[in-house]
Amino acid sequence: MTSVAEQTSRGRTDAASRAGGAPRRAAGWARRAPLLPALIFMIVVTQLPFVATLVISFMDWNAYYPDERGFAGVDNFRRVFTDINMREAVWTTILLTAGVVLISLLLGLGIALLLDRKFRGRGAVRTMMIAPFLVVPVAAALLWKHALYNPEYGLFNGALTGVWNLFGADRPPQPDWISTMPLWAVIFALVWQWTPFMMLILLAGLQGRPLDVVEAARIDGANTWQIFRTMTLPHLRQYLELGALLGSIYIVQNFDAVFTITSGGLGTANLPYTIYTIFYNAHDYGRASAAAVVVVIGTIIIATFALRTVSSLFKQEPGR
Amino acid sequence: MSVTETGPVTATRGERGERIHHRRDRAGVWFSLLAWVVGILFVLPVLWMVLTSLHSEADAATNPPSVFAPVTLEGYREFFTAGASPWPPLLNSLTASIVSTALVLLLSIPAAYALSIRAVKRWTDVLFFFLSTKMLPVVAGLLPIYLFAQNTGLLDNIWLLILFYTSMNLPIAVWMMRSFLSEVPVEMLEAAAVDGAGLGRIMRAVIAPVVMPGIAATALICFIFSWNELLFARVLTATVAETAPVFLTSFVTSQGLFLAQLCAAAFVVSLPVLVAGFAAQDKLVQGLSLGSVK
Repeated sequence: MTSVAEQTSRGRTDAASRAGGAPRRAAGWARRAPLLPALIFMIVVTQLPFVATLVISFMDWNAYYPDERGFAGVDNFRRVFTDINMREAVWTTILLTAGVVLISLLLGLGIALLLDRKFRGRGAVRTMMIAPFLVVPVAAALLWKHALYNPEYGLFNGALTGVWNLFGADRPPQPDWISTMPLWAVIFALVWQWTPFMMLILLAGLQGRPLDVVEAARIDGANTWQIFRTMTLPHLRQYLELGALLGSIYIVQNFDAVFTITSGGLGTANLPYTIYTIFYNAHDYGRASAAAVVVVIGTIIIATFALRTVSSLFKQEPGR
Repeated sequence: MSVTETGPVTATRGERGERIHHRRDRAGVWFSLLAWVVGILFVLPVLWMVLTSLHSEADAATNPPSVFAPVTLEGYREFFTAGASPWPPLLNSLTASIVSTALVLLLSIPAAYALSIRAVKRWTDVLFFFLSTKMLPVVAGLLPIYLFAQNTGLLDNIWLLILFYTSMNLPIAVWMMRSFLSEVPVEMLEAAAVDGAGLGRIMRAVIAPVVMPGIAATALICFIFSWNELLFARVLTATVAETAPVFLTSFVTSQGLFLAQLCAAAFVVSLPVLVAGFAAQDKLVQGLSLGSVK
């Protein structure tokens, strides 16, 4: 990260900062001044609470037993690492995030390719595709849980009944979607919301593709698959990475869908939900903080790799 | 000589080209049809939500679904009049979203200026610091903020939520605004400075025209994310500062038939985002990609 910073910021230093002495320092502060409010605000609101979390993670602190507050050493961490629920939550988070990001990325790619052609009603289809992303996440989760998945009157089982009736068959299958496949139920609801996001980013990428080169390749006899594999896909690579990165940032943190659709039951409790319950329901502040610290450290390790991807995305951008 | 040689060749090329065209047209029709089918499948749950919200409770919960049941506004009437009024939460959400968006713009635009047009040293480090705060799990900061609010009496206070939403959206806004500000042509800035234009004039004449669409995109995204937020609103608010998403979760009581009312509620709460998002579709893409897709 630093090496990228040094590469790109070289040559951006102004003549004023080379002058030296007091005027140089003043010029430096004049430059920094507009940045400071935002920077200080971010440090106070996001970093200070984390320091507090770190402190509390070494404390024995449960709101139900206020008299027993004190230093706990690494007890909380020991409990976090031996807690089977935490380990399952890590696994659930990985499955949920990877599942949603991969499926919505693939679907989004397919749909972006379909929409990257001129046809009647293209604008209308694009608008229809965006709609899921504009439904408030809690509302979407409630909609999927009650209006679609419900085994008695949900749309899915209703449609099954309708189709069975149409062919004169009786006793249509009426699965209880959420209890038979809880994690997939959450994943599908999220894929429905995030596919439009991926589609929009990939469509923008497709439309920035140099068309004359594609046309030249077609005239030279390249077929559609060859063009896709050797030209479109490499061009889309950075957009795919961007979609995957941003999607992961948001879906790793997902709380709404898990909270609403399954209430974290049936093996769908991800890390945000699990920590929320330790804190909000069990009121075990020490353990919740330790869990949060562990998650933050894990995130930092993963994010270091992810940030490298972003910085490579912005490397081509000319500095000035 | 050359004419007789090239003549037939061009003819066959033309034929082959046409044949390929025909085949591509036929495939094209199928692809267009597929695009329509996929689009309808994706919008179907939203349409179903709207349709169900317009049915009576009895018609909403049938199996198979009664698509052509008579339309009624019963669900909406129930939502607005029966039980707790949804207006205070809706107004709270509106306040929190608008005020935090304004604060975000106020903080992010100068910051983005110091990261692009007159960049500080190590500006990429600063930029990545902002992004890295987005990657930290929000639950990690939840507990101390809750304890802080409890001790200062700020629990169930909309201003605490506004402060948090500002910090939640500030990194996104800084990234977006930076990417838009880097599009301002430096030559024009320098020319304006040489002509003796002051900072205010440069802002208005050179920077604003390029950046206004970017500000709109940033505001749209910040508004949507603040409006949608559930976890912090749920923990930090109770009856006074409750927001619309929190109201929605507490509204669900699994007793009896409630589907039409639920769909009406979900639609009402989603309406501001749906309207804003449809009105500014292209801004949505710019915003979601942090300004890297123009």
